[in-house]
Amino acid sequence: MTTRLTDNGGTAAVEVRGLVKHYGSTKALDGVDLEVRQGTVLGVLGPNGAGKTTLVRVLSTLIRPDAGTARVAGYDVLQQPRQLRRVIGLTGQYASVDEKLSGRENLYMIGRLLDLPRKDARARADELLERFSLTEAARRPAMQYSGGMRRRLDLAASMIGRPAVLYLDEPTTGLDPRTRNEVWEEVQRMVAEGATVLLTTQYMEEAEQLAHELTVVDRGRVIAEGKVAELKAKVGGRTLRIRPADPGEAAAMAEAIGQAGLDGVAGAHVDSAEGLVSVPILSDEQLTAVVGLLGGRGFGIAHIDTHLPSLDEVFLALTGRQPAPEEPTDEAARPSRGGQPAGPDRAEPNNEKNVEVAV
Amino acid sequence: MSAATATTALPAGAAAAGEGRIGLRANLRHIGALARRNVLQIKQDPESMFDALLMPVIFTLLFVYVFGGAVSGKGHQHEYVNYVIPGLMAMMGMNIAMAVGTGINDDFQKGVMDRFRTMPIARSSVLIAKIVVEVGRMLIATAILLGMGFALGLTIETDALHLLAAIALSSVFGASLMWIFILLGLTMKTAQAVQGVAMLVLMPLQFGSSIFAKPTTMPGWLEGFTKVNPLSNLADASRALINGGPVAHSVWMTLAWAVGITVVTAPLAVARFRKKT
Repeated sequence: MTTRLTDNGGTAAVEVRGLVKHYGSTKALDGVDLEVRQGTVLGVLGPNGAGKTTLVRVLSTLIRPDAGTARVAGYDVLQQPRQLRRVIGLTGQYASVDEKLSGRENLYMIGRLLDLPRKDARARADELLERFSLTEAARRPAMQYSGGMRRRLDLAASMIGRPAVLYLDEPTTGLDPRTRNEVWEEVQRMVAEGATVLLTTQYMEEAEQLAHELTVVDRGRVIAEGKVAELKAKVGGRTLRIRPADPGEAAAMAEAIGQAGLDGVAGAHVDSAEGLVSVPILSDEQLTAVVGLLGGRGFGIAHIDTHLPSLDEVFLALTGRQPAPEEPTDEAARPSRGGQPAGPDRAEPNNEKNVEVAV
Repeated sequence: MSAATATTALPAGAAAAGEGRIGLRANLRHIGALARRNVLQIKQDPESMFDALLMPVIFTLLFVYVFGGAVSGKGHQHEYVNYVIPGLMAMMGMNIAMAVGTGINDDFQKGVMDRFRTMPIARSSVLIAKIVVEVGRMLIATAILLGMGFALGLTIETDALHLLAAIALSSVFGASLMWIFILLGLTMKTAQAVQGVAMLVLMPLQFGSSIFAKPTTMPGWLEGFTKVNPLSNLADASRALINGGPVAHSVWMTLAWAVGITVVTAPLAVARFRKKT
């Protein structure tokens, strides 16, 4: 396949340079550069309307960019669309299977369209049905499948031709947590078998689970990129949330943490509405240190948990504003605070939630 | 693979496409797989066959018994049978073709089309498969129409070969009409809009032809219109092939129309499908 070397020495399976696609005054892609190294997962993180789907559609030859170049497995999207279609698989946000056909018939049809002999197409269909736990439902029309089953069938359909590069466009949007985990497991398995994946998502958690590297996009532009850990550090890692046994002690707890000067722990906030103390942390060691400190000072802890920054918080940290004010998602449905001048290194607390962003 | 062997026969214009070119055999295989999909869809949704099954029955009864007496005299309806059934063969193709336009709108808004368009298949194969299956539906409708005709006294004055030629001719013409309706279906936003436009075009074409009545009984301007109406050519050709009489002119005219319509609308429809996002 491709032999082009990238700056970091890896082989790029997907190479995007200066990609532009405008729809009227809407800049769906406004000069996007990115690279996916062979055998890795690149997470493209961004809110609705950031241009993620447009990017995937350009890379799957469904739409032509206005400017820029894109190569997938060495093939140019504009010059060699036919060759390119042989090496890609696409699973979109909306199931792209025929709902009136059974799961088995869908997979068989795709096998035939990929030039597998009848026997091989049948065998491959059965193999993938088995692998995606769809054997029992194999003969039922896809329209009777649950959302998760449909998404799995869709993934199976994308896998028939053993694509070198797989695009997953928000593969778990609209799925319940259990089904989402199933999809994640499958994706991890595909990667373990050597697939290169470009994954778009709105969820930081999904990106952390699956992606080796992350590109954060907003309004058609890349606003940050790097290893997942690097970006997490940039946006403050996790937030440790502590519920005091005695709600009246929340303020005292926060003060104790703030004054202790633990390594890398900047301070704590009291979320009075929730009765919680939140502490931004970067490592498990810091978590242990905070809890140890509180225990040592004789504070009673009723409950602790940690949570990853949401997409909102990532955006807040990177851009100092809420994502995509023109097209709010479920997550970003809060009122936008447009025109926020805060720099990327410091953000203000976000409405009810206490978000403290370090560096 | 066959895709690679086909590169030697590349037309000059496709040179840039190089090794990705899809060979004829692969293309036929793709059309087969996609046609199978369309047949399985019908199996899953048998109601979609109602038009092909019932339309010929209802049309035959209606026209023979409502207009038959008026055209051939009360009690002489059977004489009208041999006039109108070959005409209805022409009309059947048009009606089935219209259904393609309304159905395709629905089908082509589904996600599965995105999958097809990201696969290494010729984009025309999706449309051609649809037409293959619809011609099959048309042949079923024609068989029922002829069965009804025989029950009402239709006689074949020529022979089976001429009858088959008549069926083949209306299939070819019907297939060419399907390209028009596919183009309409891909261009317009809703199935209802396609149906609305289709009805407006179809009614004058169907009735302003030699399908139901002899043009010589019509006012001069309308008679003139029937002469340029391709449906008249097809109806006249079918009639001559079944009842006997000179066939050359009407058959060649029908084929010319069929080829002309296909050459103009098929590439437009494929281009439209290619660009649809």
